Amino acid sequence: MVAYLLRRLGQSLLAVIAMAVLVFIGVYAIGNPVDILINPEATERQRLEVMERMGLDRPLWEQFWVYFGNLLQGDFGRSFVYGESAMSVILQRLPATMELALFALVLAIVFGVPLGVIAGLKPDTITGRSIMAGSILGFSLPNFWQGLMMILIFAVFLGWLPAGGRGQTTEFLGMRVSFLNADGLKHMILPAINLALFKMALVIRLARAGTREVMMQDYIKFARAKGLSYRRVVFVHVLKNIMIPVVTILGLELGSMIAFAVVTETVFAWPGMGKLLIDSINRLDRPVIVAYLMLIVFLFVLINFLVDLLYSALDPRVRLAQRGAQ
Amino acid sequence: MTDIPNPTPPQKAKAISPLRASMLDFAASPLAMIGLFVMLVMALSAIFAPWITPQNPYDLSQLSIMDNNMPPGSQSFTGQTYWLGTDPQGRDMLSAIIYGLRMSLMVAVTATLCALAIGMAMGIMAAYFGGRIDTLIMRVVDLQLSFPAILVALILLAILGKGVDKVIIALVIVQWAYYARTVRGSALVERQRDYIAAARGLGLGHARVMFRHLLPNTLPPLIVVATVQIAQAIALEATLSFLGVGVPVTEPSLGLLIANGYSYLLSGAYWISVYPGIALLVAIIAINLVGDQLRDVLNPRLRR
Amino acid sequence: MTAVLQVEDLKTHFFTRAGVVPAVDGVSFSVNRGEVMGLVGESGSGKTVTGFSIMGMVDKPGRIVGGRILYQGRDLASVGEREWQAIRGRHIAMIFQDPMMTLNPVLKISTQMIEAVQAHVHISKQAARERCLATLARVGIPSPAERMDAYPHQFSGGMRQRVAIAIALLHDPEVIVADEPTTALDVTIQAQILAEVQKLAETSGTALIWVTHDLSVVSSLADNIAVMYAGRIVEQGRAATVLRYPAHPYTHGLIESIPSRNKRGGDLAQIPGMTPPLLDLPQGCAFRPRCPKATEACRAEQPSRRMAAGQHARCIHPIQAAEVAQ
Repeated sequence: MVAYLLRRLGQSLLAVIAMAVLVFIGVYAIGNPVDILINPEATERQRLEVMERMGLDRPLWEQFWVYFGNLLQGDFGRSFVYGESAMSVILQRLPATMELALFALVLAIVFGVPLGVIAGLKPDTITGRSIMAGSILGFSLPNFWQGLMMILIFAVFLGWLPAGGRGQTTEFLGMRVSFLNADGLKHMILPAINLALFKMALVIRLARAGTREVMMQDYIKFARAKGLSYRRVVFVHVLKNIMIPVVTILGLELGSMIAFAVVTETVFAWPGMGKLLIDSINRLDRPVIVAYLMLIVFLFVLINFLVDLLYSALDPRVRLAQRGAQ
Repeated sequence: MTDIPNPTPPQKAKAISPLRASMLDFAASPLAMIGLFVMLVMALSAIFAPWITPQNPYDLSQLSIMDNNMPPGSQSFTGQTYWLGTDPQGRDMLSAIIYGLRMSLMVAVTATLCALAIGMAMGIMAAYFGGRIDTLIMRVVDLQLSFPAILVALILLAILGKGVDKVIIALVIVQWAYYARTVRGSALVERQRDYIAAARGLGLGHARVMFRHLLPNTLPPLIVVATVQIAQAIALEATLSFLGVGVPVTEPSLGLLIANGYSYLLSGAYWISVYPGIALLVAIIAINLVGDQLRDVLNPRLRR
Repeated sequence: MTAVLQVEDLKTHFFTRAGVVPAVDGVSFSVNRGEVMGLVGESGSGKTVTGFSIMGMVDKPGRIVGGRILYQGRDLASVGEREWQAIRGRHIAMIFQDPMMTLNPVLKISTQMIEAVQAHVHISKQAARERCLATLARVGIPSPAERMDAYPHQFSGGMRQRVAIAIALLHDPEVIVADEPTTALDVTIQAQILAEVQKLAETSGTALIWVTHDLSVVSSLADNIAVMYAGRIVEQGRAATVLRYPAHPYTHGLIESIPSRNKRGGDLAQIPGMTPPLLDLPQGCAFRPRCPKATEACRAEQPSRRMAAGQHARCIHPIQAAEVAQ
């Protein structure tokens, strides 16, 4: 078990390093680092200062070491717009995005799995078919369009929920969170649902396909032959078998949720990393873009690693195989 | 040993060609046929847009700024009816939508075809040559596919800048990996078959074997994937344009039209966003319906 | 002796898109207490569907369309799902072919056995566990207390099948339907399990319906044999009689094609041709196209005719005793 974990850790580190190298090539070798890292409006003195700190006047391979050293310290240069360290600008907004993404993930599982199982148990009924049709819509309609429709219906026509922004936040573990107060929740519901819908469609399809596949297995027939009630068969046998792929795939999708938050945050004016990215692209605040990229890569690798851990904890076959391999 | 009587010959199935059988299977779903019909209507309107729209919304001389933000059904000075209203610049929404549809479809189809070509070539080569080439190509594919499309597209556009061609390039780069992986999967299976060994045995060159023999047999799943991917491409381009990093304002796609009307949603001029939105919706749903039915028809495992 | 289970003219048809498949078309037999009935046939003969019909587990697009299944005075063919749940596992139990697939891989053996007990009797988990341990000992699993908490894939094939047999025995059912339970096992294990099952049946008085394609298996095990072809029983009777003096040409062909019966160096005897597709059965006797003794009269429907004491066959040209090769 430990050996397996160490191996995965090593692989993850390699992936991060590989991406760092790629970003380096993209920014320093292909792009012009001077344009990317130095604010066009900077004074001559500021220019020289940044060039010195980033080592832009030295040969390429030296630049790489400076870059790597800075990377390890989290220094990606200064945001043109905000004037602060690019990374700290992003990190300030990280909690908002993470909270939204996690809430959306929970919603996707809580609603998606039961719907998918129902669709899988009764595939040829009206219920089953409408669930699938609904999921197709959730999956193929562009995220932003769904968000707009939700604003139109719930904020403009019905006036039940606010159309954007984050509302009030409360302090929790040193971060500002929304879910602990009513106003914050009201502001979070629509964007969270918007973000969740896309993945919910995926969860429903997964749960349905998994359920259909599991129902055809002999062990389900055997369970019925033992005289077990339908409820038991579904809740224990089917659910346990489909939760494994559902959870692992969803775990991997958390990363993509963080990426998609870009759209949701823009539509709902949610002050997270995603909105920051779009604003930065439009305002050409390149250090922030580079910093965002590296952070996302890091998050992805981290999530993949954690999901692997989770998977081996859940599936007894994998767990025992690892132990046996020692 | 007893005398062997003549065994009865096996029953012959009714002789229809597989293509016809697939077409009949496809037509079995009324939804899919509706989707197909809608797709044709859209394609035709997109191609013939300059001839069928009441107004060319990008010819400034045809616009009257006095007609801006008019609700659907109102009349203009010249007696023309704005069936779907007008936008802040006075453009007829119906015309704008048809032109927008044209742009959306053009970008999506072009990007998909290019990505398909590149992906197919890469996938076939990976499957055919195997070994290090295969590992290399698939590593790149896996790496790219592990990132969400929108992120890759955003970063690419941040580097490349704005413009229709840049959007197409970004879409191509985002999509090729998916095709490559699909093709490689089918090709790996086909590669084991005897007819490939036979072709090699005849001394045919690599390229010929790959493209004339291997490729055509990997097409069925590709057709399904490509169809659905066109819808995805439309959705992705719309999202990018909505975010402001997609097509330029001078040649808007449906996504950009929706973005333009976004701020007017709250003040009641809903038609500027909603109608292009509906057009987008219909396009994507129609293509998905067709793609889903194609998948069911062409998938041997689902045959009952 | 009154029969424990009596099947009368059972018909189970499958309503597919391509047409109606008469998988079981007028099957009648009965089993008495403590008897072993061998239900023999090639794949597609309808033997497995017969077994499932007796358990009430025929799934769409199939259903029982005619006949009766008499058990303890009740006709099970018309019974609802709730009643079936009470019967399955408790009075009529089933053992499947592939023990790897019949046990849920993500649940422990103990879970799967205890739930089988608790589905039918309200006893505590501890009491249920005791019963499971006792039954595991009965089927010859060493140190059951330790092994019970393992997962299926940690057992060998023979062990898994013993577990499956144990599960079938948990409630001392009156009837056990065994669907090719030894086909997936090594020959040596096969022999062991056969011997043990036979002993169990004798001591507990359970009626056993052993579905198989392998005549040599039933020859040592069964009291009665029923041979199925294309959805019908073409011959049935006491095992000894049927095997020594087969009346139906198909049975004769089956026996002749057992490799051990052929002379060394000679060609293996075979029945020419293939089983007909059930959608397109020949008129009258289904075996006619392959039968060496077929005549025009065979195109008419063939009722079951009594041959000798207790032996029935659907044939107007039965093999006479003198023709049988010794």
